[in-house]
Amino acid sequence: MRIIVDTDKCEGHNRCYSLAPDLIDVDDYGYASAIGDGNVPPELADAARLAVDNCPEYAISIEE
Amino acid sequence: MTDTSDGLDFAAATTEPVEDWATDYDIFDPDYIADPFPIWDDLRGGCPVAHTDRWQGSWLPTKYDDVVALARMVPELSSTDPIVVKPPSDDTADANAYSTVNAPPISSDPPVHTWSRRLILPAFSPKATEAHEPFTRQLCQDLIAQFIDRGEVDAAGEYAQQIPPRVIAHLLGVDPERADDFVEWVNGVLGAGLSRPEVRTHYRGKIREFFMAEIADRKANPKDDLISELLAAEIDGEPVPDLHVAGTCNLLLVAGIDTTWSSIGAALWHLATHSDDRQLLVDDPSKLDNAIEELLRAYAPVTMARVVQEQTEFQGVTFEPGDKILMNFPGANRDPEAFENADVVDLERQRNRHVAFGVGIHRCAGSNLARLEMQVAIGEFLKAIPEFHLAEGANVTWAGGQVRGPRKLPIVF
Repeated sequence: MRIIVDTDKCEGHNRCYSLAPDLIDVDDYGYASAIGDGNVPPELADAARLAVDNCPEYAISIEE
Repeated sequence: MTDTSDGLDFAAATTEPVEDWATDYDIFDPDYIADPFPIWDDLRGGCPVAHTDRWQGSWLPTKYDDVVALARMVPELSSTDPIVVKPPSDDTADANAYSTVNAPPISSDPPVHTWSRRLILPAFSPKATEAHEPFTRQLCQDLIAQFIDRGEVDAAGEYAQQIPPRVIAHLLGVDPERADDFVEWVNGVLGAGLSRPEVRTHYRGKIREFFMAEIADRKANPKDDLISELLAAEIDGEPVPDLHVAGTCNLLLVAGIDTTWSSIGAALWHLATHSDDRQLLVDDPSKLDNAIEELLRAYAPVTMARVVQEQTEFQGVTFEPGDKILMNFPGANRDPEAFENADVVDLERQRNRHVAFGVGIHRCAGSNLARLEMQVAIGEFLKAIPEFHLAEGANVTWAGGQVRGPRKLPIVF
């Protein structure tokens, strides 16, 4: 599983960062990006799904 | 009621009764302020984009998808005039005070919006915001210590309303002892001032005067605070104009105070009237952060306005240039097409794309700070006062129009 952030859609709500801080980082302006290559270990799959389901900009997706 | 040091009338606007909400709604109607939810539900089913001629005219979308689409409609909808009720066009005091300053970036369109937003975002990033947590926690504990022995408190006036002015003062680097003044000024702009432009103009002037003096002081004696940072910033090699800095400080003061105390107050109102939810958070404080998101969804306080720039067809209605469109994020958050059991406040809701902080380029820049204040304010309150409820016969009063929240919330414990 991979988590992907569409940086064009991100407006810096930081919901993903608070729900999945091991998968997502934010820059000094609060805009999000996936950590590393976005690989989601099985124990963080729920956190990844929460990040997707709480982004008001629909900027986060998961590739199974 | 005249209750300000400047003797201005802060009474609620008087309104004619509303008979048809689809064609003649009134955002200052007492029923709308107290309980807008059934009104939005009715409109969604029949006339999802309502219209009124009242208060200089506006449109009110009520569905999530519509509100989100309209919020993203830039540049067709402009943010240059986010307050619904304008001062009379001959009011040159207001025009002079704010035509050039206003409150960037909330009152700006691109390209000014883009650089003026980037200017303040670093001060409100998640990491920068965390630095204000110890101050906020100590403040909440000190406030609670002042009333905990009494067994009763006005949780809006004596608690919720006291927190954001001091946090913002701390962040800006201005005297937190002026908090009572800030409360009066902000009430003058976003409380009574929403429907009384002459009151708003007066207090905007006071705020500008205050910040121009602070700016002059920082130029002589730079400090480690946000005002000094804004003055040191450069845009295309030029310093940011003083009036712009004053406008941004005005925004941080006004938008950072009224909105957040409304959210803290509404959250406390919910917990005072829903003992199961209160107990849930007392038993397991780790559920608090998620619960705050649901309380933000259910009681989102803010409805800013946009101005139509060119004739636009939208969902069967025609917006004309100059029309105001209300960004009804609170109504969007209650749309059953976007949220399962939208009218049920479920503090354990997992899927919650609420738009309490807006969407698109005007997403609330201070959302991380607002969340921090809510989490700390509610968390500390529950820790010190795990059992509380509304006082018997309590006269809870709400403010509303464009920022909704309780202004009097008598509780006992």
